[in-house]
Amino acid sequence: MEPSTVHNTFVIEQLYPYPPETLYAAFSDPARKRRWFADSEERVAEQYDLDFRIGGLEHVIYRMGTNTPFPGIALTTVGTVQDIIPNQRVVTSQTMSLGDRRISSALITVEFLPNAAGTDLVFTHQAAFYEGSGGPEMREQGWRGIFGRLEKALAAQK
Amino acid sequence: MTDNDPQIDRLFHALGDPTRRAILDVLSRAPTSVSRLADALGITLTAVGQHLQILGECALVKTEKVGRVRTCSIDAAGFDRLDAWTRAHRHVWKNRLERLSQMLEEENSD
Repeated sequence: MEPSTVHNTFVIEQLYPYPPETLYAAFSDPARKRRWFADSEERVAEQYDLDFRIGGLEHVIYRMGTNTPFPGIALTTVGTVQDIIPNQRVVTSQTMSLGDRRISSALITVEFLPNAAGTDLVFTHQAAFYEGSGGPEMREQGWRGIFGRLEKALAAQK
Repeated sequence: MTDNDPQIDRLFHALGDPTRRAILDVLSRAPTSVSRLADALGITLTAVGQHLQILGECALVKTEKVGRVRTCSIDAAGFDRLDAWTRAHRHVWKNRLERLSQMLEEENSD
């Protein structure tokens, strides 16, 4: 495969009706971060670790299901906490690999901006996507497969 | 990547027509009889029937005959499928931040 790199930056801003302390706790407490970051109804991480301090590591492993193009292969994310200002900012760098092939490296900056209605969370994701990553969409493939399987299971019940 | 799910094809075909979306607008407020639907939209009973068949095939609308009146209402199944499709195609981080929102709601409702 020819080496190729795609650079991408996106920003998501979302208002939460809670003070910055509440949001910061959801990022800094490993058990709570796992709940929204790593696990979902569709997919549960095989492993999740977070050592929340500057220089500490964040480690996520998913095992690709039999309904994906990569059955049994691990999708691994290894991150390093780059900066912490409590209740204000959390910066993480992270590299994602499929099996032993690296597919993307990202710098993720999360800022908590308090206002009268609560806290604006400003999420900035800057990344280099490597060959074979298929860009951000590749990560969703497993999910689509799972939804497809759910559809079939529901249809079979009718 | 192509998406060759015939159910999704039917859903988007059904939603691609302004009259059928108008039917969903009316039904999202309350169940309605077929004849009232025709009146509300200013179209013939035959046309309403054809649209309802297409909406029914992808489970966006269901119809039920009570006595002499055929009543139509929103069918949640089609909307759930649409919702699942949307979530699967949304960015992974959009979904994560929505889960964060749900988690905070749960934690703060106690």
